[in-house]
Amino acid sequence: MRTPSGHEVYAMGAEYPSPAALYEAAKMVRDAGFKRWDVFSPFPIHGMDEAMGLGKSWLSAVVLAGGISGLLTAVLVEFGPSWGLYPLIVHGKPYDWRTVPAFFPIMFEMTVLFSAFAAFFAVLIMNGLPRPHHPIFNWDRFSRVTNDGFFLVIEARDPRFTELEARELLERSGGQYITVVHED
Amino acid sequence: MNDWPTVQEEAATTADRPLARPPLVLNRRNFSWITERISGVVEDRAPRWWWVCFTITGTIAMFGLFCLGYQISTGVGTWGNNIPVGWAWDITNFVFWIGIGHAGTLISAILFLLRQKWRTSINRSAEAMTLFAVMCAAIFPGVHVGRVWMAWYLAPVPNNYGIWPNFRSPLMWDVFAVSTYFTVSVLFWYTGLIPDLATLRDRATTKIRKFLFGVFACGWRGSNRNWRHYEMAYLLLAGLSTPLVLSVHSVVSFDFAASILPTWHTTIFPPYFVAGAIFGGFAMVLTLLIPARAIFKLHDIITPQHIDKMAKIILLTGSFVSYAYVMEFFVAWYSGNAYERFAFWNRVLGPYWWYWWTGMLFCNILSPQLFWFRWCRRNILVVYFVCMCVNAGMWFERFIIIVGGLHRDFIPSSWGIFVPTWVDIWTFVGTLGIFTSLFLLFVRFLPMIAMSEVKIVLPEADAHAHSPNGHHPVAAGGMERT
Repeated sequence: MRTPSGHEVYAMGAEYPSPAALYEAAKMVRDAGFKRWDVFSPFPIHGMDEAMGLGKSWLSAVVLAGGISGLLTAVLVEFGPSWGLYPLIVHGKPYDWRTVPAFFPIMFEMTVLFSAFAAFFAVLIMNGLPRPHHPIFNWDRFSRVTNDGFFLVIEARDPRFTELEARELLERSGGQYITVVHED
Repeated sequence: MNDWPTVQEEAATTADRPLARPPLVLNRRNFSWITERISGVVEDRAPRWWWVCFTITGTIAMFGLFCLGYQISTGVGTWGNNIPVGWAWDITNFVFWIGIGHAGTLISAILFLLRQKWRTSINRSAEAMTLFAVMCAAIFPGVHVGRVWMAWYLAPVPNNYGIWPNFRSPLMWDVFAVSTYFTVSVLFWYTGLIPDLATLRDRATTKIRKFLFGVFACGWRGSNRNWRHYEMAYLLLAGLSTPLVLSVHSVVSFDFAASILPTWHTTIFPPYFVAGAIFGGFAMVLTLLIPARAIFKLHDIITPQHIDKMAKIILLTGSFVSYAYVMEFFVAWYSGNAYERFAFWNRVLGPYWWYWWTGMLFCNILSPQLFWFRWCRRNILVVYFVCMCVNAGMWFERFIIIVGGLHRDFIPSSWGIFVPTWVDIWTFVGTLGIFTSLFLLFVRFLPMIAMSEVKIVLPEADAHAHSPNGHHPVAAGGMERT
């Protein structure tokens, strides 16, 4: 879709005066059946995931996988030298399976380390970040999103998107400064 | 019929007010005020006092770096350590600094899991403090190995000698615990910073600021689809940091507890060390935040309520520590072990007697007792006095444990005494300079309060705040804003 001036349309956005207004608007857009839309706020709004119809974040599964790989790495790094590469007898203590409790602290630390890396990289990758530029930044009011602005944006590539219907819905939900955001 | 509350309902609401929670941000500040005030600390010109402080701390840090260079190029002999006192100020300083870091993780992770909303005003600076404290801590065992260029032997790296570290040694556990702790703290801290870096990016007026904050903010745009994953990551990092922080000081205590030395070889050490770490760490958080709050006029965000709550945590953890001190004496008597009994008599009456009387008894046991009184918790000077006592007392405690345990060996012929050299003293003072310099730089270049988190505790951040008649339960601090 293009504007009369020839710009590719990215989306239509509206600003809301408060988190509560944005929350109510999100429920209306969800119920209208839109799929490619999002709300933007300076902080996470409690209950917004349900208002948008989003489920649980499965980032936790990635972190579980990270933790398991950390544990296995520690097992490999500790048992490899102890049982094959470099059996070390200190104070005459055993180095066979009876030594396992002394390996627990490092297993724990490696599990935590790998889980934390998994959480950090998963949050970036699942959010498609780092992303230096995004069409939404073409909207000049949008810079207030990291201060005190609350925005709802319906993307043009949503199959239900028509300029009239989107504008009507945003107006009905109490949106202000309803704007067509350009792609470039 | 109308929707206005009846007289009885009004009276009931008024009667409930003493139970309502006091607001976490005072004077009805709104979202943009928070952004302005906190970003302003970074964006405005550095005040003169900042340059004065930074000149002083930077000079002290230079002394510390000089001493480290001298120690590395000359050898560990420049320190006063000598058998039987093989560990002295170096390991004292290590345990002191790593302990300070623990308060930051407690605030950022454990208080998050416990849904303590007041943590939002202090978590960012406390986490920064954690990182700088762990950096200072890492210096001491790092250079204590003697040949710093061989420190890579600590890591399990395949090498052409075919040598591997001893994974059963508590010292090796410590290497893993501290390096994991530092790495996870950096990840947690940076994850929390991303939305605030985006705020600074959107406010940036110069190209360089826009570029640098833009790069580090990773293109964050506050999308709820992003917040969903972000909140899960934050929760999981908090959940991971919680057992981690408890494990780190437990592992530090294993360095001592796994030995056979009287006063070291005790099972009470892990919880005793963890409580002491949080105790000393909260004192350091207040030591840094009370001046910062006054200088940057953050009284509406870091309120008397916050200081009051931190004082209560100092009192609580101080009580754990006092209990551990008393229990050590009891067990020394109850064990019937002559060496153990001697070591504790020696702690109170031996050559280092005054360390115990001033450091452990006065600073750590007695001074926090002032915090039983609300007046003391609300008086900045009293709070600062107690925090300074605790800062000093916790250093003395570690010195007593380490040197006090070592200087009287099992055989009187090998008894000794420890005297610090000027290198010992200036290396420690130097790390105080490095720590404060890093904190001053942090305050100038990064938002010292988590803006996106403080905004959540404002009542208008609650999406359900505008229900009919206000009967819907409001988030903490919602109804009673004065």
